[in-house]
Amino acid sequence: MRLLLALASLRRNRARTILAVLGVAIAAAMLLDMVMLSTGMRESFRELLLSRGFQMRLTPRGTLPFDTEASIAGASAITDSLRARPEIDLVSPVLGASVHVLRGDSSITTFALGVDPSSQGDYQIASGHDVTAPNTFVANEDFLRATHARIGDTLRIAAGFDPQLRTHSGERALVLAGRARFLYLAAGQLAVAIPLRTLQEMTGAAREDRVSLFMVRLRDPSRIGPVKRWMRAALPTIDVISTADAMARVDERLSYFRQLSAILGAVSLIVGFLLVTTLVTVSVNERVGEIVVMRAIGVSRAHVVQQIVLEGTAMSIMGAVLGTGLGLITARYLNAILSRFPGLPAAIDFFLFQPRAAWTAIGLLTACGVLAGLYPAWRAASLPLASTLREEAVA
Amino acid sequence: MTALVRARDVRRDYPLERDAVHALRGVSLEIERGEYLAIVGPSGCGKSSLLNLLGAIDAPTSGTVEIEGRNVGTLGDREVTDFRLRHIGFVFQRFYLLPILTARENVELPMAEAGVATAERRQRSTELLRYVDLGDRVRHRPSQLSGGEQQRVAIARALANRPSLLLADEPTGELDARTGQEIISLFGRLNADGTTVVVVTHDESLARAARRIVHMRDGEIVQDEVSRG
Repeated sequence: MRLLLALASLRRNRARTILAVLGVAIAAAMLLDMVMLSTGMRESFRELLLSRGFQMRLTPRGTLPFDTEASIAGASAITDSLRARPEIDLVSPVLGASVHVLRGDSSITTFALGVDPSSQGDYQIASGHDVTAPNTFVANEDFLRATHARIGDTLRIAAGFDPQLRTHSGERALVLAGRARFLYLAAGQLAVAIPLRTLQEMTGAAREDRVSLFMVRLRDPSRIGPVKRWMRAALPTIDVISTADAMARVDERLSYFRQLSAILGAVSLIVGFLLVTTLVTVSVNERVGEIVVMRAIGVSRAHVVQQIVLEGTAMSIMGAVLGTGLGLITARYLNAILSRFPGLPAAIDFFLFQPRAAWTAIGLLTACGVLAGLYPAWRAASLPLASTLREEAVA
Repeated sequence: MTALVRARDVRRDYPLERDAVHALRGVSLEIERGEYLAIVGPSGCGKSSLLNLLGAIDAPTSGTVEIEGRNVGTLGDREVTDFRLRHIGFVFQRFYLLPILTARENVELPMAEAGVATAERRQRSTELLRYVDLGDRVRHRPSQLSGGEQQRVAIARALANRPSLLLADEPTGELDARTGQEIISLFGRLNADGTTVVVVTHDESLARAARRIVHMRDGEIVQDEVSRG
């Protein structure tokens, strides 16, 4: 009966209820987006790091992968020692460098990854084939668009540019073997992958037997602790970053996003709360007579409170459900804009939908609806019966 | 007959900023089970204040009101609300039906509050609406009913939990003469069927229909007579 009364009360003034639900829906959409933003980017980054199963990254001390041009010397020996460990399943050495596609007097600069094709975890081949021969390379769609190159074309690619002598340390004619989708690169970034040895030779003596990064996959992820301790002892000039470490650093860097989303989320909640409180208060004030009569004929204070709280809660739930759909649409739109954010992997989702985020938003708004209805409900249910009836009769 | 209601030296003051309004000045009254009593008097004489005390929706400043042997002034909010629900039926001048509910749902409301099972509620609300000659209007909302019909639904609602005492405050005040007469007849029928009825009224014909008339003036009972109507 209380639910019937609550819903009937909402139906009584349909236009006002619809407007209130729309208002709550907008607040819910914003809240959902903010919850998705605060957790989504982090989760998306974690999924990205683990997407190819590599749980550890080894970088030059004090750097993050490709943060600087610093590199690790003695790459072959380190690779061999890592591969000799029984806990380690796969080691992928990677060298990052800028290379130039030479075209007459001009050139197009692109980012190059030197990889071991048998163990690489940086890209997936979309068409053609991988870099199976020393004079081949694969490129991403942006590169193909910028250079108008096609699979099978031979391009002159140079590395190790000396700005004073205006020469390159190495230049090769490389055959485009395939089109690849790079996992960790920013949107719009031109990228190629070249066999590691070839890129090391092209970049000259300074990069001989050097890499920027090792990616390591363990047979048993639970062994990460002991392996990390061994690596730190055996390779003191190298930083060992586990996925958990990387996430901690990401958390640090994303703290601005989280603060922003927390503030905007809180504002949405407050707006939703005030909206529901206002509307429930107005609705209660309009039917003081009815409420007092209900109390007079024996409806308990608790049940009157429950009925009014149910009205606020029902409004909040309807708004939250509608807002979830609205939030997902706006998140998709905003994600498309933010995915062009410079320097971040294109595969990162700023607004990653997780059922937990939706439940959090709906739960918070429902709790707000309950709280919003409590004060007007308690006030109405506590009105003195005799004097209110007299005032109503006079009115 | 045994006394259903016993009010002893009841006073009710309404405090103002500097003074107080003395609505009731030591009223004592006994109402026997099965009585039909009208309380009459000029505006502001304390009729409605007395009715509110008899209905346990207000507490006296001093004195006691016992209904069915219970001093209702000493009951807490939860107990007194439950007492009203199960023992007292109210009829108001302005009907005060819930406009969002049908006639049947309005009648079922006190029963639902009292925890009566759905099937029993349905059966009793049908019986009550038939009793007040509205058997064919069960699904109508108050806005689809005339004033007299609304008041009859309000009476059916007041009878929902088989109260021992039915209180009515100016039940014909909003109705025309013909419709008022229907309501007066209905009260007579209710009393004849065993319900104790107390009405506060300005309506002479309603007062004459009662078997006992209590006259009030300035917060006191000035005459308590058997009706000659």
